Amino acid sequence: MSRRWQDPLAPLETPRQGHVGDAAQRLAYPPGVPRLASRREVLARAAKLGLAAAGFGAAWAAMRDPLGEGALERPEVVRLPEGGFAVAEKAGLPKLVVVHGTDALAMLRAGLDALGGIGRFVSAGDRVIVKPNVAFDRSPALGATTSPDVLAAAVRLFRAEGASEVRVLDNPINSPEGCFHRSGIARAAGEAGARLILPDPVHFRTLEVPGAELIARWPMFYRPFADATRVVGISPLKDHNLCSASMTMKNWYGLLGGRRNQFHQRIHDIVSELAMMIRPTLVVLDATRVMMRNGPTGGSLSDVKRMDTLVLATDQCAADAYGYETLLGRDPQKLPYLELAEKRGAGNRNWRSVPMRELTV
Amino acid sequence: MSAPSPAADVPRPTRPPKPYTRRLSMRITDVRILSQAFFFALFIYLAGVTWFSRLGGYPVSLFLEVDPLVALATGLSTGTIYRNLIWSLWVLVPTLVLGRWFCNWMCPYGTLHQSIGWLFAKITGKDRLDANRYRPLFRTKYVLLAWFLVMALFGSLQIGLLDPICLMYRSFTTAFAPSWDVAAERVRQVAPWLPGWLLASPGTKEPRLFTSAVLVGWMMLALLAANLIIPRFFCRTLCPLGALLGVFGRFALWRIDRNPQKCTNCDLCLMHCEGASDPHMLLRQSECFACMNCIEDCPEDALAFRFMPPKESGVEHVDTSRRRLVFGAVAAAFTAAFARVSGATRDRHFDPKVIRPPGSPDEREFLDRCIKCEQCIRVCPTNVLQPALFQAGFEGFWTPIMDMRSGYCELNCTLCGQVCPTGAILPIPIEKKLGLPPHQEAGPVKVGTAFVDKSRCLPWAMETPCVVCEEVCPTSPKAIGAYDEEIVRWDGKKVLLRKPFVRPELCIGCGICEHECPVSDSRAIYVTAVGETRSKGRSLLLKSRLPMVPPPKSHC
Repeated sequence: MSRRWQDPLAPLETPRQGHVGDAAQRLAYPPGVPRLASRREVLARAAKLGLAAAGFGAAWAAMRDPLGEGALERPEVVRLPEGGFAVAEKAGLPKLVVVHGTDALAMLRAGLDALGGIGRFVSAGDRVIVKPNVAFDRSPALGATTSPDVLAAAVRLFRAEGASEVRVLDNPINSPEGCFHRSGIARAAGEAGARLILPDPVHFRTLEVPGAELIARWPMFYRPFADATRVVGISPLKDHNLCSASMTMKNWYGLLGGRRNQFHQRIHDIVSELAMMIRPTLVVLDATRVMMRNGPTGGSLSDVKRMDTLVLATDQCAADAYGYETLLGRDPQKLPYLELAEKRGAGNRNWRSVPMRELTV
Repeated sequence: MSAPSPAADVPRPTRPPKPYTRRLSMRITDVRILSQAFFFALFIYLAGVTWFSRLGGYPVSLFLEVDPLVALATGLSTGTIYRNLIWSLWVLVPTLVLGRWFCNWMCPYGTLHQSIGWLFAKITGKDRLDANRYRPLFRTKYVLLAWFLVMALFGSLQIGLLDPICLMYRSFTTAFAPSWDVAAERVRQVAPWLPGWLLASPGTKEPRLFTSAVLVGWMMLALLAANLIIPRFFCRTLCPLGALLGVFGRFALWRIDRNPQKCTNCDLCLMHCEGASDPHMLLRQSECFACMNCIEDCPEDALAFRFMPPKESGVEHVDTSRRRLVFGAVAAAFTAAFARVSGATRDRHFDPKVIRPPGSPDEREFLDRCIKCEQCIRVCPTNVLQPALFQAGFEGFWTPIMDMRSGYCELNCTLCGQVCPTGAILPIPIEKKLGLPPHQEAGPVKVGTAFVDKSRCLPWAMETPCVVCEEVCPTSPKAIGAYDEEIVRWDGKKVLLRKPFVRPELCIGCGICEHECPVSDSRAIYVTAVGETRSKGRSLLLKSRLPMVPPPKSHC
């Protein structure tokens, strides 16, 4: 083995004796000295080339996309449980309870007792979603958002009944942190022992609503619902510029994501479809302070009227019809979304024919 | 000289012996690194808590308020020292004693540059010594400073373009923090259990949007990349704050001083010299960052940080001629004039989309004050504020304007004015913004006026019900009303259309109508600046506020 230059085409001076390691090769042929590749080197290179070709072929087979549709996004579609979160009906119990008073906790407790006791709705281990309406950055006195007292009372009752977690969530129109802060809902939920969930891109999934037309597939605030067992809506009673009134069914609008401002083109259809999307365990129509005009934002105390009333119902359509007629003083026969919701099986808008109780605490 | 020491004929070691094997006390450079780490962490912390759910009375604009260039330049442009800007004495007074200590002990941008050089610029040996020699190029910053200060004197505050603290805040706010959130969102889609507080701006429906992100981010990256060619390029060549501190620091009582008796002219002191201040010869006092590396590097112990060393052993004057400074000043005077000639500050030629945040004074006064630090943009909960490009003219580059497509002005919020360090947005109380007592006479602060584009509006132009704008209008009574009209549509269906209109006396220009309008590209209702409260010359109505109209009857 010499270190001098060798003609690569000339036969090697000394034929290789057995196997000579690569290190020896490098020693024999320092960089820059032309040499012939050894058999081992040729085989190793061929093997590497073969591997690379196989890898390339496998990658091509896996990524082959002749129509160009392979890379298009296909959103994962989810559904809420069949039958929703409603509890079984019981004969002899009212479906609609109206409670007048000023102590939210006592009012809620009395209302729940009249509906068959809180145990009918929440039991130990339940993961309860409480959905307030926190759409706007408004202080509680303006009645644009759910009353923090009512929300806190509900959370306390559910926690006391053994609910393992109470989740409070909404996807507001104004900036979420500001809405939850100003409305007092963040503080009320925190102090009462609920978990506050702000809208976050990771929470939204495409929800499939069987039978719906506008929201057959639509982004929804889904992740907290994935393992929830109970859903309770607590919504303020408000005037609304377009659909006349925002009550318990309209409240579910705050669970939608995406380009939801298009729904105003068919507002009554969407409100009735929302009632199909969520079959709640219970709805509470919070009429402690009622926004009589300039809704749904309000903004002036003169828009608000104290009514000190809570409407508890297992039938959201009846609750809305009652609130619309008795509290807001308007004619439910002329509110299209109530009729549509009834057609879609969300409840009974003729609240007078629904078993009902009225209490004062 | 005394008798030669016994070791005199022993050959000099090629490397200095390690003075100790185990370090029991800290070296001065270790203390410096700790100081830099502390202030860098403090900067990130304060920038991180400049966010609705994290506000807790922290002085979130602290670094801007101790920045002497901000105080001096706004002092020149407004004739006043606003709110906390007097805190700049905390930097300025020590500079008179210790020189440009700020640049290598406190400045987060300096720390960033030094770290980038340390991590990525592997310049070694003689190349490194040469890279740290003083170059005439480094005098550029003094000319720039003259330009900036004279611009400020003419009422056009441009320091924010290059002031390191403004640059740092701006890059964090409009490029790096939102990029972090975009990346975090990707990760959290896969790992949703990662907590939301990892985000720079948690609790938003989507990561924040900034039209200037690439421009601002690339400026930062390009300036950082310059370290690979010339270490601390920005600090040595461009930094107007460094130049200002250099001017004041040349009178410092303490400075690096070389003992020529001990010095062997090995030039090793240049090895880690941050400021390129020539510690190996006559120290350029106005360039020295007091990083103390030369003291640690000197094998002969010939360098020390000394009290009042002899004048002749250093260079006190700033290395630039009066002529260059005069040129900078004259160029600034012309630039200021060009800007005013081109018309962005005039009342009949302003861009309709230059909508300033509530509490801003008149446009000229605004330009006197705004340092483009983007603290208002960082704290804005709705993402409505965007750094302008040339909408507000050359002078208004990167000043905040409201883009109602990316956000809207939250009715009950005045955070932008609270964090503004210079009063470009005044900290108005919420009562003043809303026109509540005792401000009911003046009425609410209008930032602009909404207009309906009837050719794009769904009820007006397309026989389709909508009025999201009316729904979200936050004033009471609503500044957007609607005419009810029942029509027979093209397909024979009867439809009730509510056709929106604006009540200009009530509209405050908050822009939530524009933000929520479903005609998402070019909105069918939009806000322009005309009618803004801050400007007399840009008013719209004969009286800015007519007597309150009775609330409209709700329809049933």
